[in-house]
Amino acid sequence: MDLTIQHFIALAPLLITSITTVVVMLAIAWRRNHSQTFLLSTVGLNLALLSIIPTLKVTPLAVTPLLTIDNFACLYMALILVATLACVTLAHAYLGEGKSGKGYPGNREELYLLILMAALGGLVLVCAQHLAGLFIGLELLSVPVYGLVAYAFFNKRSLEGGIKYMVLSAAGSAFLLFGMALLYADAGSLTFSGIGKALAATGMPSLLAQLGLGMMLVGLAFKLSLVPFHLWTPDVYEGAPAPVAAFLATASKVAVFAVVVRLFLISPAASSGVLTTVLSVIAVASILIGNLLALTQSNLKRLLGYSSIAHFGYLLIALVASKGLAMEAIGVYLVTYVITSLGAFGVITLMSSPYNGRDADALYEYRGLFWRRPYLTAVLTVMMLSLAGIPLTAGFIGKFYIIATGVESQLWWLVGALVLGSAIGVFYYLRVMVTLYLIEPNLRRHDAPLNWEQRTGGVMLLAIAILAFVLGVYPQPLLDMVQHAGFQLIG
Amino acid sequence: MILPWLILIPFIGGLLCWLGERFGATLPRWIALLTMSLLLGIGLWLWAHGDYTLAPAPGAEPAWTVEYKVLWIERFGISLHLGLDGLSLLMILLTGLLGVLSVLCSWKEIQRHVGFFHLNLMWILGGVVGVFLALDLFLFFFFWEMMLVPMYFLIALWGHSSADGKKTRIYAATKFFIYTQASGLIMLVAILGLVLVNYNTTGVLTFDYSTLLKAELPAGTEYLLMLGFFIAFAVKLPVVPFHSWLPDAHAQAPTAGSVDLAGILLKTAAYGLLRFALPLFPNASAEFAPIAMTLGLIGIFYGAFLAFAQTDIKRLIAFSSVSHMGFVLIGIYSGSQQALQGAVIQMLAHGLSAAALFILSGQLYERLHTRDMRQMGGLWHRIAYLPAISLFFAAASLGLPGTGNFVGEFLILIGSFVSSPWVTVIATSGLVFGSVYSLIMIHRAYFGPAKSDEVLAGMDTREMIMVLGLAGLLILLGVYPQPFLDTSAATMSGVQHWLGTAFTQLASAR
Repeated sequence: MDLTIQHFIALAPLLITSITTVVVMLAIAWRRNHSQTFLLSTVGLNLALLSIIPTLKVTPLAVTPLLTIDNFACLYMALILVATLACVTLAHAYLGEGKSGKGYPGNREELYLLILMAALGGLVLVCAQHLAGLFIGLELLSVPVYGLVAYAFFNKRSLEGGIKYMVLSAAGSAFLLFGMALLYADAGSLTFSGIGKALAATGMPSLLAQLGLGMMLVGLAFKLSLVPFHLWTPDVYEGAPAPVAAFLATASKVAVFAVVVRLFLISPAASSGVLTTVLSVIAVASILIGNLLALTQSNLKRLLGYSSIAHFGYLLIALVASKGLAMEAIGVYLVTYVITSLGAFGVITLMSSPYNGRDADALYEYRGLFWRRPYLTAVLTVMMLSLAGIPLTAGFIGKFYIIATGVESQLWWLVGALVLGSAIGVFYYLRVMVTLYLIEPNLRRHDAPLNWEQRTGGVMLLAIAILAFVLGVYPQPLLDMVQHAGFQLIG
Repeated sequence: MILPWLILIPFIGGLLCWLGERFGATLPRWIALLTMSLLLGIGLWLWAHGDYTLAPAPGAEPAWTVEYKVLWIERFGISLHLGLDGLSLLMILLTGLLGVLSVLCSWKEIQRHVGFFHLNLMWILGGVVGVFLALDLFLFFFFWEMMLVPMYFLIALWGHSSADGKKTRIYAATKFFIYTQASGLIMLVAILGLVLVNYNTTGVLTFDYSTLLKAELPAGTEYLLMLGFFIAFAVKLPVVPFHSWLPDAHAQAPTAGSVDLAGILLKTAAYGLLRFALPLFPNASAEFAPIAMTLGLIGIFYGAFLAFAQTDIKRLIAFSSVSHMGFVLIGIYSGSQQALQGAVIQMLAHGLSAAALFILSGQLYERLHTRDMRQMGGLWHRIAYLPAISLFFAAASLGLPGTGNFVGEFLILIGSFVSSPWVTVIATSGLVFGSVYSLIMIHRAYFGPAKSDEVLAGMDTREMIMVLGLAGLLILLGVYPQPFLDTSAATMSGVQHWLGTAFTQLASAR
């Protein structure tokens, strides 16, 4: 097929991110400078984000059989780029200023390189309309993350987290590949729509196809840390440096979920029959187990890890419904979840900045934070309320959408699980929240630097908190945006 | 434009309190007092100038004394729709009055983080006013959930842990939050169910009260949706199987928190039943009425028995609320105009008397540093005035003629006798137990052998004004309830028509 200028405009976000990666790599080779690397990465990511505006003019457009750029892809590309940008900003605060001796002792610059590559993988993933595209994107996303999780490799937990993630992720990818092969054997096509047609033609999907889809589900569920493939999550979240955990919780999961949505909605046969039942069971299990296990955690990062398992369980409800409001619900929920997670991990990052051996992630370190750092606490409070889905925060709008979808499709069991899960969830979110306001103990091991508001990270965090509040009070702009982000079936 | 201001004033006042803290601990108190007086003042002004014969009634477009509407979330047809009628006005007056009192009663009690305390207090009241005004189901739910967070902070941060240390204030606060939040989500599911059923039949996606009143519901669906609403309100009211958060939350909360909980927050549930559950689902409610009235009966006796068994004075008052709310529940579901009016008076009177009893036990706590009645006894001679005033409010709480509580209970009983004599007869005998626990409270705390002879500080002017003002209002409500009855008459007659028609249909169907 001919590549015209239109195709290049459509691909602009991906191209700019790739160029940024190369430029950053060369710049590091030329001269190691933390601030310069940071600056290059943010400029590149911002340009990529801006380039989505012209891209929107040419969508929908299939670029090569592998990728399709449509409004759906644009929304999620924007989300991934914003999340990456936030993580990069947090990483800058986390790694420290450099020369003064404070902060991360090893090489700082490669972190940006790895994050950029992972973001590129995410961008490919949300555009994928072909199993090959899916696999390329997924691996491009996962492989740099191995390195990112173990970035603080002289810390035992970080290294352990990295190795654990690598081994299990590779196993997940193997399942995924095997599943794709089986599906190809049955359907004779690798494009999502081709698979959909082939499966629809036979009526009931054959055993081979079901097996293939099931194995693909295992691989993807692993990346989304859905029960029972969730075992890596708390350890990796705990071990990973805080900004990396933020990336893992936001950009990485959003990308994978977006491709799952596309796969399941474009190949309609995939979302019927046995598979729907399996998805429902996984959803209920994720909601209940995620919330129950989070109850006993005294480590904030582990707690957020378990809570993310539950949140993706909620999202699966919309995927199971996959009609009516479902697409919008997924979009809104992912946006609100990204905002909230970035805020929560952002506070942990700033509390642990600059790097000094371990992250401030134990709950007791947050006791009485309000009376020392009112703004930072206000941010974390809004985030906890948003995760719990209390009105006035963005999280409520997301949860409202999911319940609306569940009620619309009459998935009463799943809605019941959601209500129960939220009730359990409130308990541990409140526990974190009230800890922040308890009377200050004499212990003061970790603290955010006094001038945290002035740093870019602090300003960004406040902006995120305000955004979470504004979206909770006036969500109409977000709803408009997501409503236009449906996908068209082409080629 | 006055209605949004009623909601905004407490929110803005709360923020000012927080900012004012840096200029000393007294400023937030004055700001809060001013804010609440302003709210009360606007309420009284509205009372004097509004036409309260306007209220929603079946068969016509709902009419409101004051209405305000702007589009909010277009996608779902959600608007900021506020409306005021007689019932909402009375509730807002109660909110304003108890708001003033809760600021006054924490004047000395709260010494830590004064600004943040008043921020939470004001925001609770703002949320409550929102609940009383909201005419959009989404907006109603929004305020319903929103008032939980500041209440949680109020209990968790300024509360008292129980004497034996077993039940901490955080435990109580969390329990309160989870009960209300979970039941609230069930209501949200029911709200969405109602909206989507309406959408499927009419093709209009809206959360607006007046449109949804006209929704055609299949009988089975109506019953299920009604149950969703009822559960949320039953937890908050509280109705007996769902009441276990209440004694903990009341006992562990600071005085202002208890005053707001008992005085206003419980009333939001009764208001929700009257405003939403009955008019939206009249047929299902009529069918459900016997069950609801039975639950009310159980509440009356269970609350009274457990109140009798308590040693903690605040838990005693808390359980007495369960008992009183049982009467309200019977009044609401009896379907007679008299009983409904009685329920409104009972809500007001209970708001005043329970608030007064909590304020008095707060004053006792400030003097004795215990809420345990086993360590009181013989206080009659040790504190000036306080025991006598407590006796008055205990008498009011047991429904002595001359107080508002008598009017409320009497109207409820006489009104429901026509339709359900047996329930009424049994409920009436519950009054006897009311006297038992009220008098035993006075006896245990103020009579009997004194633990020491040391004379404790008498009541100062601030404390005196608060309780005497409440006593005066309670007597006014008892001897001349007519202005209050007139104000709520139109609303209650609307509710009565909805329910009455449904009762008639139900009877003819059988």
